[in-house]
Amino acid sequence: MTGNTEKENVSVDYFESGHRACGGCGPALAGKLIARAAGPNTIIVASTGCMEVFSTPYPETAWKTPWIHSLFQNAAAVASGVEASLKRQGRDEKVIVIAGDGATFDIGMLCISGMFERGHDVTYICYDNEAYMNTGIQRSGATPFDASTTTSPAGKLSNGNSRPKKDIPAILAAHGSPYVATTSIATPKDLMDKVKRALSIKGPCYIQVHAPCCTGWGFDGCKTMELGRLALNSGLWVNYEMVNGVVEKVKKVKRIPVDDYLKAQKRFRHLYRPQENKDEIAKIQAIADSNAQKYGIDIPVKK
Amino acid sequence: MQGNIACAEGALAAGCRFFGGYPITPSTEVAEHMAKMMPKVGGVFIQMEDEIASISSIIGASWTGVKAMTATSGPGFSLMMENIGYAAITETPIVIINVQRGGPSTGQPTMSAQGDMMQCRFGSHGDFSIIALTPSTVQEMYELTVKAFNLAEEFRCPVFLMSDETIGHMRERIEIPDSVDVVNRKELEKGKLPYETDADNPVPGFPTFGHGHRVHVTGLTHDARGYPDTTNHKTHSDLVRRLVGKVESKRHEIADYDIAGTDAEIVFLTYGPATRTVRQIMKDSPDLKIGHINLRIVWPFPENVLKEFPNAKVFIVPEMNMGQIGREVARHTPVKVVYLPKLGGDMHTPQDLMEAYDREKALIGGGN
Repeated sequence: MTGNTEKENVSVDYFESGHRACGGCGPALAGKLIARAAGPNTIIVASTGCMEVFSTPYPETAWKTPWIHSLFQNAAAVASGVEASLKRQGRDEKVIVIAGDGATFDIGMLCISGMFERGHDVTYICYDNEAYMNTGIQRSGATPFDASTTTSPAGKLSNGNSRPKKDIPAILAAHGSPYVATTSIATPKDLMDKVKRALSIKGPCYIQVHAPCCTGWGFDGCKTMELGRLALNSGLWVNYEMVNGVVEKVKKVKRIPVDDYLKAQKRFRHLYRPQENKDEIAKIQAIADSNAQKYGIDIPVKK
Repeated sequence: MQGNIACAEGALAAGCRFFGGYPITPSTEVAEHMAKMMPKVGGVFIQMEDEIASISSIIGASWTGVKAMTATSGPGFSLMMENIGYAAITETPIVIINVQRGGPSTGQPTMSAQGDMMQCRFGSHGDFSIIALTPSTVQEMYELTVKAFNLAEEFRCPVFLMSDETIGHMRERIEIPDSVDVVNRKELEKGKLPYETDADNPVPGFPTFGHGHRVHVTGLTHDARGYPDTTNHKTHSDLVRRLVGKVESKRHEIADYDIAGTDAEIVFLTYGPATRTVRQIMKDSPDLKIGHINLRIVWPFPENVLKEFPNAKVFIVPEMNMGQIGREVARHTPVKVVYLPKLGGDMHTPQDLMEAYDREKALIGGGN
């Protein structure tokens, strides 16, 4: 990149290759698709996390748009300041927060709640890889039931993380957000469409992107997309859109048993070794069944 | 064994049965080890949503009568500041591990520093006193963590293990004793008020929740009953003077250091990694007259140790900060103090110290 005028900008990508993510990183793909959908007239506010670290190894950066990282917990508050000031100046840049699940579900909750309650015109995007990966795989409020992490280790006294995933989309919809959506790196077109839609809607919008992490979940980096698809097809992840608090569009699937998804990852290995833990697997299947019923994702089987 | 693991093991040996924490490099191994070990000893490990919640949880746990600890590094430590003052004024025994990294802000997450030494002492608003221990070996990560719990129980104040990335991530062979000396909580005597003290006993007994005491815990200025008394000048003055005095008046008993070469003119004062470097140059150059003070407890500052070096013409203070404890040394001695900051993430090398030694030697002149 030499110039920064529209004419010289031959690439459609504002998140460039050459960053330092692991091979097969789900969040890296999310970053690329988000930046592509958002375009050049965008300011990115990042939280501490993998994306912050791997996309900006000193003295380089993968971002071609203005980008700021402040602390772990305050991206939504920094974005609030950026947006309020731009608005007062009559400027039209779009403001996007890109933060991980630890920053979103746990430490940043206070600032996020404030941003949504005050109604800033910011699109907050959480890349959800379901644990603190940057510090070495500790559980977060987004870690699924029974996943083993370094702070929810499976063993004789534990089956891994004992709590279900926090429902952040519902919490932000309850703040009166006009647009809340979930998507996955396994559905790239859907992800980009949702980013564009959120940016076109005034007010605080939220998108949660399922972003499989080969390092933290324990699978081969060439299978990232496949893991994303298995999550969707098993019903453990659901792509949907909520407009003014009402679920509108849901991705329907021909459901497969959760086994196929769980067996593909080392973080669930303890459920199958030394012998299959049928009780625990049944609990996870029940979560998928409950999701299927709640969102109506099952495609009816033709007789 | 790794330093951070030795710290967690020391805490368990001291009787710690509650850990509330949040992942942060370079301290995370403490939390990870606690997550693994707590179920085995019947204790509690909770991962909280941030460091404010982490320190809050251990304060809550401490009032139920258990020994509680958290571990963090720079940014998380900054988030804990308000609660450190709360623990001080409510006299809640807690242990905080700070495996220091380069700051300010996110700084150098994977590199070593000692930039929080003033922050642990003065970071929270108002006047109070705390105790801060500084390990320079993995063995001391274990021993000083045990000691930190004992001091927290004895003085009812926040106690800090101010380690750093170098010692936290260092691996050394250590000796774990079959048992360690443990100080347990002194329960409030029946019939006494929760904060009833006298000049000889400035630390009140602890009115554990549910043990039959009438307990009212507040961060407001409070009287001996524990009830708010926020506009009475004397109540506030007495309380703050006691919070400071209960630790500062005992600083020479609390002091923990070792000294060498007490007849030397050039004296190194170190804590943490630089202690290792001084020991190395003393080993490499046994003929040189080098004085050495290694502080295992930096706060309260044991200024009497400086008097052990009657011939001292200069105190050299190598620190991985811009001179935080060096300033404290200068406050207590008319002798020249030379700051030797090392920033960027590395500990002092023997060359760093020898250069400073030679420079000062040339200035002093004369024979060895």
